[in-house]
Amino acid sequence: MNGVHDMGGMQDMGPVRPEKNEPVFHAAWEGRVFAMYIAIDGDWPGGSGRYQRELIPPADYLRMSYYERWLTSLSELLVKSGMVTRTELETGVAQGGNSKGRHMLRAEEVAPRIAAGGAATRDVPVVAKFHEGQRVRARNINPVGHTRLPRYARGKQGTIVRDHGVHVFNDSFVQGLGQKPQHLYSVRFAARELWGPQAAATDSVYVDLWDDHLEAA
Amino acid sequence: MTPPLAAAQQDSEHDHDPDHQAVPSDPALRTKALESVLVARGLVDRAALDALVDAYEHQIGPRNGARVIARAWVDGAYKQRLLKNAKAAIAELGYGGAEGEQMVVVENTAQVHNLVVCTLCSCYPWPVLGLPPVWYKSAAYRSRSVIDPRGLLREFGLELAADVEVRVWDSTAEVRYLVLPERPAGTEQLGEAQLAALVTRDAMVGVSRVVTPHEGAQA
Repeated sequence: MNGVHDMGGMQDMGPVRPEKNEPVFHAAWEGRVFAMYIAIDGDWPGGSGRYQRELIPPADYLRMSYYERWLTSLSELLVKSGMVTRTELETGVAQGGNSKGRHMLRAEEVAPRIAAGGAATRDVPVVAKFHEGQRVRARNINPVGHTRLPRYARGKQGTIVRDHGVHVFNDSFVQGLGQKPQHLYSVRFAARELWGPQAAATDSVYVDLWDDHLEAA
Repeated sequence: MTPPLAAAQQDSEHDHDPDHQAVPSDPALRTKALESVLVARGLVDRAALDALVDAYEHQIGPRNGARVIARAWVDGAYKQRLLKNAKAAIAELGYGGAEGEQMVVVENTAQVHNLVVCTLCSCYPWPVLGLPPVWYKSAAYRSRSVIDPRGLLREFGLELAADVEVRVWDSTAEVRYLVLPERPAGTEQLGEAQLAALVTRDAMVGVSRVVTPHEGAQA
């Protein structure tokens, strides 16, 4: 989706404003939203919260703080999957229980959950379509759903610099269209290929792209 | 430089489709309501939420990454392992897990400067840096880092010579990037723990260099 989340190369977004001695969470509710998102045993594929955030209307996306986007996307996922109702979110009063017997993460399970993580790699034999050193072109695609191919790289030529192995293809997975495991590569794009002569000849941008994003140049 | 945001604010006051991502005013109240419902339904446990917040507020943060960097500075064999297989080398120091399932370390030298961003979202190597600061997730950083890295770095106080190669790493997949900064000159006498104390989060993202306390005082 050519959404406002795809920000690479946009201009006039103002200066970066680092905060001295910044706290991890700026208010208690931010930490609770973060923790609920990690803890909950949802019916959605991993990474769906991110896709849901991309679906926030653009003006709202820009206005919201980061954890407001998380709160909004988590609420939407919970409602869409039938785990809670909108009325419950508005009233704060539960009308049902844990009907599917979902696992409820316990405090003693938090450290093991963090340590385990959730690998995106898949141990399946998939032939790589490209090899290190090969010239490639990022496909010129404009899908309406989720994609990890940023607009600024589409149609541009680059070089494969590293094969990261076989990864779940997020473009497909978070839309419920299957994991489609395939090779993921680090692709080097010369800054001038992306931005023209205003960029420094020495510089480059490395983008992680999957087989389905690329074609031979 | 805030007109885009001001315009967004005005637009957001116009009518919303009530079925599509309504935006009530107070996130703290909405969060409280959500937590109450999830707890009452038996979907989350408050003690587990407390433990998660504590883990990322107090246990998992950039001091982890600083130890990795200091080790690489004092142990050449470790540095080679780190550059070859970052996940395994970082695990040697006991760090890993969520948002670090696959990590790559990129090395700054006198000729190469690396900068990490996630233009599409907020991807960041949690096991070694913790959760990202607000600026890393901001529209300003995400938009400019790829098109104007040198101008951006200048705002952070880092002026790069024209012959230094800038490599920007856009974390578009589930691989997480960490910058191995240059060891500052004049630190030959320092031990690993003292070196780790010099390493900053910003240097490991690539928006600053590591400086000695003496240099820092001059800056």
